[in-house]
Parts: sequence; structure tokens; C-alpha cells
Amino acid sequence: MSVMGHPDPTGRFGEFGGRFVPEPLMPAVIELERTFEEAWADPAFRDEYHRILREYAGRPTPLYHARRLSESLGVDLWLKREDLAHTGSHKINNVIGQALLAQRLGKTRLIAETGAGQHGVATATAAALFGLECQVFMGEVDVKRQALNVFRMQLLGAEVVPVSSGSRTLKDAVNEAMRNWVSCLETSHYCIGSVMGPHPYPYIVREFQRVVGEEASIQFEAATGKSPEWVVACVGGGSNAAGTFAGFVDSSARLVGVEPEGGAAIGRGVVGVVHGMESMFLQDEFGQVEEAQSISAGLDYPGVGPEHAHLAAIGRASYESVSDAEVLDAVRILARSEGIIPALESAHAVAWVIRERERFGDGDSVLVTLSGRGDKDAETIANATGAGL
Amino acid sequence: MTGLETKLRALRDGGRKLVVPYLMAATTPGWTEYLLAAEAGGADAIEVGIPFSDPSMDGVVIQRAGELALGRGANPFGILAELRGISLGIPMLVMTYYNLFYRAGLDRMAGMLAEAGVEGVILPDLPLEEAGPWIEAASPGIATVQLISPITEGERLARVVAASEGFVYGVGLMGITGERLKLAETATGVARRIKAVSDKVVCVGVGVSSPEQAAEVVAAGSDGVVVGSALVRRVLEGARPQVIEEFVGGLRSAVDRG
Repeated sequence: MSVMGHPDPTGRFGEFGGRFVPEPLMPAVIELERTFEEAWADPAFRDEYHRILREYAGRPTPLYHARRLSESLGVDLWLKREDLAHTGSHKINNVIGQALLAQRLGKTRLIAETGAGQHGVATATAAALFGLECQVFMGEVDVKRQALNVFRMQLLGAEVVPVSSGSRTLKDAVNEAMRNWVSCLETSHYCIGSVMGPHPYPYIVREFQRVVGEEASIQFEAATGKSPEWVVACVGGGSNAAGTFAGFVDSSARLVGVEPEGGAAIGRGVVGVVHGMESMFLQDEFGQVEEAQSISAGLDYPGVGPEHAHLAAIGRASYESVSDAEVLDAVRILARSEGIIPALESAHAVAWVIRERERFGDGDSVLVTLSGRGDKDAETIANATGAGL
Repeated sequence: MTGLETKLRALRDGGRKLVVPYLMAATTPGWTEYLLAAEAGGADAIEVGIPFSDPSMDGVVIQRAGELALGRGANPFGILAELRGISLGIPMLVMTYYNLFYRAGLDRMAGMLAEAGVEGVILPDLPLEEAGPWIEAASPGIATVQLISPITEGERLARVVAASEGFVYGVGLMGITGERLKLAETATGVARRIKAVSDKVVCVGVGVSSPEQAAEVVAAGSDGVVVGSALVRRVLEGARPQVIEEFVGGLRSAVDRG
């Protein structure tokens, strides 16, 4: 099995992944796997997917040489601008693909979980585009701190369902989406937002996000005539990182995933089985899942996609973490040096580059995926920095 | 054949319909009294829920009970120690989620369950395809019960039924645990479909909430019923063990009447 190739027949990347779902969901995930394999091998499906990404979602997104920040850090820094994709993040790539799959499956309704609301907004957008119904599960805590995205979803015609169980954040939204899905399998496709969950989701979502890394690789080569020495992306579940890494895994680039300090599933977690997958999770000595703590709602997740756990285990990618304070600094620095306000999630990757700038060799280039834009976080940032709004 | 299967088959073959109550562990300081009450009410086996932080197959009642138990500091090892301390004349099963077993270590968990007198487990998030390592650790002392859903069919239905130990758990509806006003049509169909491929003992649960619904399920051919949320809700409402005994007694008479 090549690194970042097809998972094995049990849906595993090395030791991680698998398909731990209740029996009632089994036929649905098997059908989804078969449908995806057929679709992904069908040139007409791929053409349609890429056509929509191009004409509707604004792809390819630019690769931008951050000259001023490069100069002040002493690092040759390039940004893959997913913040410029439609709906403001890379999440659109995945939902366009999954909405096309839903159509192929004959489903009329999308359900989704969301943390920061970016995946929820993207799903609501795809649902509107394809004429599908849409229901988005979101933890009550996130509904409060991402009010703007809640309104955007509603404006797009989606129903937002606040989830009041457990920690009332992303992990509980996933639980509630799964509970709901089992009762509406005939009509509904569960559009998972990251490279997580039972097989085939981690594989499907990585393939639909692969466009990020493949574009970036071509763009970087065209601009510089070489490959980057470092490729960096933030990791919650890990979809933008998986898509980015997929474009560079066969190069000599060092791949770095940046987790939030309070949600470092690879950094501080242990192996477990939650949300349908065998992967790394923050959990106590008894196996109860712990709550992640991050200023970024999109990374506020105690687990990580199984392929990242695998890449860490085999040493192909490394995973490090940054603090909320470092993230807030990075937002300010990027905003003032380049005129780009990044999402708090994406700012994790930038914060790591800023902190670790001494580690890069002379002549090294660093490519960072800027997974989303920061408009949605204005209020959180204002409150955290004492500015108020 | 596991010990659990032998016992349940003997009851079934003797003409008895099985009543299997589910109760969440550790919801109150004296929670094991509820197990004894269920036995006194006429239960044939009992399922003990061990609380998990992310119960993705459970509805609000069992979620709340689990949160309550975890809030009281419950953990799997403490719960099993309490089970070891009680004396029940009917088989005990544990129902929980796989991560608790995975975290404890499969061999270690199997050993602790056996020491506590637990004869079977139901792990809804461990489908047959992933169950190999656990079954290897648990078998033959502890039966691993497989679930059959209303949409499990064909070759898969036969294969999962064949692998089920103890009994076959027919999931009564496409959904999560919880009381329903009316029994789903799928609850009667699932038992018939399992019966068509096997002579194993079949119990139907999820959405079976009342004596009337229990009677309907066994009248349709199921060997027994699993009733959880209806009992757990009463516990959450502060019911004394006597109330649980009476409710289980009501289920008992309803299925006996057929």
C-alpha cells in the first residue's frame, strides 16, 4: 500500500481506521463505499466535480508568496489560499463531491455536523446548489460562539439543530448526526466534514480535498521550479491537512500538521475507537472521551482522522501544537503584514511557522495551507484580545 | 455454545418467552437494588449499561442516565466490582461501547467481566467485521451478542446471525434507543426474518416500551424482548426498586399471556 493511497479492504491506513458502526448503519456505509469507488473511477463524475469547483467554487485558488511576512520572519513563505474559495474555506471541495455522491445515491437530503460552522455553511451551500434539503447539527456552545455562521446556514435554507448533550461541541454534534442518520437512511446522506468517521469517509473526504495539495504542488513548481521543503497545515479532524499532504506525500517535503494545544489528539491522545474509527483520541484512563479546549471551534475536537494517526506512526508527517495565545498573535501578524485575516483554525499553521522559524534551513521554502478566512472569528478574536465589539 | 446460549435456549425450548430488562449502572448509590428488583419481577436475563461519554446509539433517556452515572464518578471497573458483590439468579450481560473495552485491554476486560459474573456483552458500535479481536479474547466464557437491523438482509443476515452468541438481538426499528408510542412494524418483521435463517434465540429491543408492545413482539414470533428506556426513565424519575419490579412484572404477564 503506497502512503496516502487506497486504504486496505477493512478501510485501514496501517493500523488505523476501520468501520465501527452499529449494524443498522452498515448497509449504508457499504453502499456509500461502492458508490464512491464507481464514481471516482468515472471520468464523467470527476469532470462534473472539477467543473463545479472551477465555475462555482472559484478553483484553482491562488498560491500566494507572502513576501513581507517572509522578509520579517526570514522564511520563504507561501500560502495556499483556500480562504478565497467559495464560502470561505476548503470545506466546499468536500461538500461538492459529497453532494454529487448523494445525487448518485438518489438521496434528497443532506445532514451534517459542524463545529465552527464552516462545514455547515458549505453543506448548506451545496444543498442549495443541488436542490437538496439540509439539516446541520451543531453543539450549543458553538451555536453561541459562531452566531454569524448559524445565520448564514439559515439564510441558505438549512435547518440548524442545536445539540445539548455532552460537551455541546463538535464531538457531540457528530454523535447527534449519527443518531439522526440511522432514522433517515433512505432519504439522507450524511455529509461528514472531515477525514474522520467510519470507512469510507476518511478516504472519500481526503480524495475530495486532494485538489488542494495537487494544485499547490503544480503552482509551487511553476513559480519556483522546485518542491517546497516544508508543507504545513492545521489539524482538527484533519481534512485540509490530508488534502494538502496528498499532493506532497511523494515529494521530499517535510509534512507538519499543527494541532491546538488543548485538542492535540496525536500529541497527547491515545489509541481508541470513537465515531466509527480506530484512531487517536483525548480520553481518560477508562476510555471516556475528554473535551478538547481550543479558541478555534473548528479544531475543538478530541480525535483526529485515522490517516493522520498513521502518518504520525510511520513518521511521514509530524504533528506539533500551538497555544491559543500564539494563534491570536499569528492572526494579528498575518493581518498586518499581508492584509489577510485568517480563520483561527488556519492561524494555527501560521503560528507554528512563526514560532519555529529558526528551524528552517537557508533556502528552505515553507508552504502553508490557509484553510479559511477569519471573518467568522472577528467577535471571538475581539473578545480574546480585550478589544470587544 | 456459550453458557448464556445454553441457558436461554433451555428457557425458550421450555416454552417460556424471555423478558430482558436493561438498566444503566450507577445512576444512584443503591442502583444494584434495581437489578434485584428486575429479577424479582420475572426477568430472565438482565442487561447492565456501562456509561460512555459518546453513546451514539442511545436516545435522550439513556444518554441522561449515562451522564448522571459519569457525573457520580462511575467507571467500568467500579461498576464490575459492584456486580461481583451481588447475587443474581439470572444471567447478566453488559451493554456499552467498544472504546471502554479497547482502553482497558481486551483480555483484561474479558477477565474482569468473567470475574463479575457477566455472561454476555452487547457492543452496538462493534459490528461483526471488527469484532474478531474481542471475540477471541471473550470466547467462550463470554457471549458476544450481534445485532440484526430491519435492513440487514441476504448473505449478511445469515452470516451475522450465525456469528451471534448467547442470543440474536433484533433491532426493532431504524433509530436509536427510546420509548415510542406505537410499536414499529419493523419490530415484528425483524424477528421473523431472523427466525427464517436460524433457530437461535431471538430477542427484539429498541422501541419496545410497554407490556402491550412486548406482547405484540412475542406474538409475532420473537422469543423475547429487551426493554430499556421505559425502565431507565422511571429510574431517572426517582422510582423505587418496587416500581421497577412491578413494571417488569407487567412485561412478564404480558408476554406470558402471549
